[in-house]
Amino acid sequence: MSRGAAMLIMGVFTLYFLTPIWWLLVSSSKTGGDITGTAPLWFTADSIPTFFANLGNLFTYSDGVFGRWLANSALYAGLGALVGTVIAAMCGYALAKYEFRGREAIFNVVLSGVLVPATALALPLFLIFSQVKLTNTLWAVFLPSLVSPFGVYLARIYAAASVPTELLEAARLDGSSEARTFFTVSTRLMAPALVTIFLFQFVAIWNNFFLPLIMLRDQTLFPVTLGLYAWNSQISQIPELRVLVIVGALVSILPLIATFLGLQRFWSSGLGAGSVK
Amino acid sequence: MRVRYGKATAAFAIVSALSLAGCSSGESTSAAQDTTSCKPSSGPVELSFTTWVPGMDKVVDLWNKDHPDIKVKVQTGPNGNSGTYQNFFNQLQAGNAPDLGQIEYDALPNFRVQDGLANIAGCEGVAEAKDKFVDWTWGQVTFNEDKAVYAIPQDSGPMAMFYRADLFKEAGIKVPTTWDEYAAAAEQIKARGSYITNFPRSDVNWFAGNVWQAGGQWFSNTDDKWEVNLTGKESAKVANYWQKLLEKGEVSTLPSFSDEWNASFNKGQQWTWVSAVWGASTLASGAPDTAGKWAVAPMPQWEAGGKAAGNWGGSSTAVLKGSKHPYEAAKFALWLNTDPEALALANKLGGLYPAAKSAKDLGAFSGGVDYFGGQKIYDVFAEASSNVNPNFTWGPTMTKTYTDVSDGFGKAAGGSGTLLDALKSGQQKTVDALKAQSIPVKE
Repeated sequence: MSRGAAMLIMGVFTLYFLTPIWWLLVSSSKTGGDITGTAPLWFTADSIPTFFANLGNLFTYSDGVFGRWLANSALYAGLGALVGTVIAAMCGYALAKYEFRGREAIFNVVLSGVLVPATALALPLFLIFSQVKLTNTLWAVFLPSLVSPFGVYLARIYAAASVPTELLEAARLDGSSEARTFFTVSTRLMAPALVTIFLFQFVAIWNNFFLPLIMLRDQTLFPVTLGLYAWNSQISQIPELRVLVIVGALVSILPLIATFLGLQRFWSSGLGAGSVK
Repeated sequence: MRVRYGKATAAFAIVSALSLAGCSSGESTSAAQDTTSCKPSSGPVELSFTTWVPGMDKVVDLWNKDHPDIKVKVQTGPNGNSGTYQNFFNQLQAGNAPDLGQIEYDALPNFRVQDGLANIAGCEGVAEAKDKFVDWTWGQVTFNEDKAVYAIPQDSGPMAMFYRADLFKEAGIKVPTTWDEYAAAAEQIKARGSYITNFPRSDVNWFAGNVWQAGGQWFSNTDDKWEVNLTGKESAKVANYWQKLLEKGEVSTLPSFSDEWNASFNKGQQWTWVSAVWGASTLASGAPDTAGKWAVAPMPQWEAGGKAAGNWGGSSTAVLKGSKHPYEAAKFALWLNTDPEALALANKLGGLYPAAKSAKDLGAFSGGVDYFGGQKIYDVFAEASSNVNPNFTWGPTMTKTYTDVSDGFGKAAGGSGTLLDALKSGQQKTVDALKAQSIPVKE
């Protein structure tokens, strides 16, 4: 295929994927009436003040609950991904670097967890959490988020490839405890994989919708996805919410974009590392 | 998201179908038991109430201020069919359902069949409240059983016709009062390059409202069995009527409540909208450029001089099974749906049009509305509300029925198949769905 054709195809797809985001940006700068009445992909004369007015309404509507949702999402996704990454890293590292009975069996069980869709687990989790009275609490969304079978898989593969056993032996000879070796030596070597696991977890938790939908009733606990969905389902009753849902959707993807760009350096180097070893 | 009440609840549907049979046989033994159990709790009580009406927490604050011993905590979520009903069923199964839940009238039979509702007929003030509510809404919460009340009516959606008074006047077309005149007007409007209305292919409950007006009945529950009749002569009449308008291209088929749909109203492409009372705010926000040009008239009639109206939407406040405080819950539900201050605030913040008869005396509904040229439109809707057939019954699998029928409506709007075909196939699928849940069906 010629270079020109390749560029053309890439250009078309880029346009295809970016158009909705462009629409989102443009629509965020319109009033409810303008969304239906003006050109869908271009700004109106007073776009800038309208955009800020919309933003203001978004963060003040219903006692500023949207800000709360953003904070909740940041907590669920940020802390959840962080703790989840540590757990996955420790588990994958142990499976890669220690020999013990049932190692492969454990790994296979964890790996088969990748195949089970989170949606299928939501209802059983709800029934279990109901028994221990954890539904409609922060824990109901936070605890299941810590589990990442794919993270364990990636951590194991990466630890096996990038943490030399000789190095661990040297550390032991120097008198370093296993935990200290892991946190000071091994995690640094595994850093690109850990960033990748963190990103995957962050995005998965940020976009998780079904679990919070089933678990949470108290709107001050909602993550931003569920909050926007709830607003969207009320549009026929409160049509002004349409604008807030659109602006809210735009705001809700900004942390994802920021996280991706911020971690891109580690992430993209991590994907290729080890491939030509 | 489409929610399906399938396998998860099928298991105990068998048990509950039997209990429904027991209740509707007229002896109402279980009702009698419930009656004796509705006593005030000792000590302070905290109730949980799940609703998706915006601003309901503010309304409940009014209650909490005056009732320190019966504190109500509001929980919220997406609207019923978008997840909250499924949540209720999950919670009922787990034994931690809220004390009170908002449930739309068309979903109530499903909860009744699954044995998810507490009978509050014996609670203080409930049976006596009958006359405070519009007749047909009371029928919805009692299922016409003896000594049984399963919820308190909250809001309703009596239907009337929004129309562009200015356009009809300019064109010299008479504002239709019968469906025949409506069809004639549709032809004249089409000749002018506009549509008389949009056919909402996915709002099957809108269509049901039209069948309701025509005197049709999709479900009935007699001899302990459900009878499904989506294709009766009234339904066929309504289906064939809209089929003709569709075939002649005299109605548009935009997805309702979408941007294009709003835009076509805003640009004056749509001359009427036969809709529910809550449609007033939908129009006002979706078609701001046409402010002051609209008016409201009663629904067109099948027979000249008739007064029948249909209903689209509306919900109730139900006390869910397993609540430890049915007495207090019922007391709160009654207050929520009859107290003038609560009703006014629920309308202001949540857009609810109350099911209470006293609504017409509230300030919010007695004045003229600027968007409708200052017309006192709520008088029209109050009149419509009193003309809704009180005996209409919804079936226990409405979500499924809506999905099945709207699939067919979509095809019919696209030119393949007819609306009547869609109803026929919806009929068969509904019967199958009932059987799959072991709910007795009469064929």
